[in-house]
Amino acid sequence: MSAEVSALYQEMILDHYRRPRNKGTLENADASVEMKNPLCGDEIGLQVTFDGDAVRDLRFSGRGCSISLASASMMTQLVKGKGRDEIDAIRSQFRDLMLGVASGADESRLGALRALSGVARFPARVKCALLAWNALESALNGHTP
Amino acid sequence: MKLRTDFPLLANYPGLHYLDSAATSQKPQVVLDALRDFYETANANPHRGAYSLSVRATECYHQARVRIAQFLGVRDSDCLIFTRGTTEGLNLVAESWGFANVSSGDEIVVTALDHHANFVPWQVLAMRKGAKFRICELTPDGKIDLDFLSAMLNKRTKVVAFNHVSNAIGTINPVAEIGRLVREKTDAILVCDGAQSAPHFPVSFDSLGVDFYAFSGHKMLGPMGIGGLIGKREMLEEIPPYQTGGDMIEFVHDDRTTWNVLPHKFEAGTPNAANAVGLAAAVDYLDGIGMDRVIAHERSLMSIAQKQLAAIDGIQIYGPPAAERSGVISFTMSDVHPHDLATILDGEGVCIRAGHHCAQPLMRRLDVPATARASFYVYNDESDIDALVAGIIKAREIFAYVET
Ligand SMILES: Cc1ncc(COP(=O)(O)O)c(C=O)c1O
Repeated sequence: MSAEVSALYQEMILDHYRRPRNKGTLENADASVEMKNPLCGDEIGLQVTFDGDAVRDLRFSGRGCSISLASASMMTQLVKGKGRDEIDAIRSQFRDLMLGVASGADESRLGALRALSGVARFPARVKCALLAWNALESALNGHTP
Repeated sequence: MKLRTDFPLLANYPGLHYLDSAATSQKPQVVLDALRDFYETANANPHRGAYSLSVRATECYHQARVRIAQFLGVRDSDCLIFTRGTTEGLNLVAESWGFANVSSGDEIVVTALDHHANFVPWQVLAMRKGAKFRICELTPDGKIDLDFLSAMLNKRTKVVAFNHVSNAIGTINPVAEIGRLVREKTDAILVCDGAQSAPHFPVSFDSLGVDFYAFSGHKMLGPMGIGGLIGKREMLEEIPPYQTGGDMIEFVHDDRTTWNVLPHKFEAGTPNAANAVGLAAAVDYLDGIGMDRVIAHERSLMSIAQKQLAAIDGIQIYGPPAAERSGVISFTMSDVHPHDLATILDGEGVCIRAGHHCAQPLMRRLDVPATARASFYVYNDESDIDALVAGIIKAREIFAYVET
């Protein structure tokens, strides 16, 4: 098997794909976003509750490939409890990682998301990894604390 | 058939298993040579110069039309309009015929099997005209439901658009039967999307019984950016031009313009003469093989692929039985998403398509967001199927599929 493919499908990704965290819906969500990837038909629904400008809780639903669902699952774990600025910083750092842009910033704050670094070698799949993050951005933008 | 060596790209990538010919085909050396030869020996603007080089360009372009018309069974070659491909051909009909002939309260019929290129132009036309846009549903195995079609036809039906062969699941549609039903109950025009039939089996427009037929050169070993629309002469003469400009005019007065004769009326601007010549070389190549052999070859690969894929746990194949499909096999494997499958196969040098295949209405009816699709053509052989199967099994291992 090609080295790129084995680097892509890390156990962590398959684990989040098979056992997604924070999957479902939230009652009384402050923000609710649906996003589709028109190229492949993947879709994600994201529901968020806020505490001031911080994300108190969030859930995602939808269907998609392992990359998009694992990315969504990891994202929900990582951003829960964090404030807007910190989330924005993580999001932009993750985007750089996906686009293969060396940001020089410390990657440790990306946590489990680093498992997705192999995606950068597959330009056709980058949009899968970013789908959930685009949904989150839209939810954050729609929210005024 | 041992044709792989005729295709420079395949020769350049010995380990490549190209199984996406329904999206676009590879090109044989003879087509590349024809393009180069045109530019090296005949290039000038056709129809525009009095000098002999321009005459030569015009003649090459004309001969290409005659050759391709002959290949597709069109005696009156002026009824073959060159377009960029199927999409442009179908938009031409929707725009020119549709705008002149469809009015509020009329009905336009497409099928749930259609490619967006034969779906959206009609949907847009219907919205603009206040006509009713109706979708013919399918049988459970993915064929046009003829009873459903028959029941929806009436005197207000103005257009029935359908594809000859589905790019998404390979269904071969019964054109003659559809034609009979439509003619019996309506005065509608029949518009056939031939993108997936012209490349794969013998097609004769004159005996097909439809009014318009569109095709793409790039799917039949020809260059990108060239294809055609074939129409009945009386209809093409009657309807307004699609685009206006150079070449398509007869006289331009200060206050009005008259149109050139067919086919020029529908070919505004400098034509894609080189690619028409390339496409003529492609049909020469196909005729050299014989279209009966082309479809027989695809059928034999299909029956092998069907057997091997069906034997893999968790594989679901969509569409009619293999014997009733063209060289397309559309499938999913348990909870392994088609995109993951395609990425893993890519790592093995196997090119397949994963997605909705420009047929979202069909995907909704199959209740899947996407499928994986392998499609065959003249240069494929059993080794491509072996690589496909090996790749699928690898994907299954990565995802450690356990049947539940
Ligand atoms: C059935 C069918 N119709 C229409 C098209 C559109 O063809 P093109 O993109 O060459 O215009 C395609 C191919 O993409 C097709 O498979």
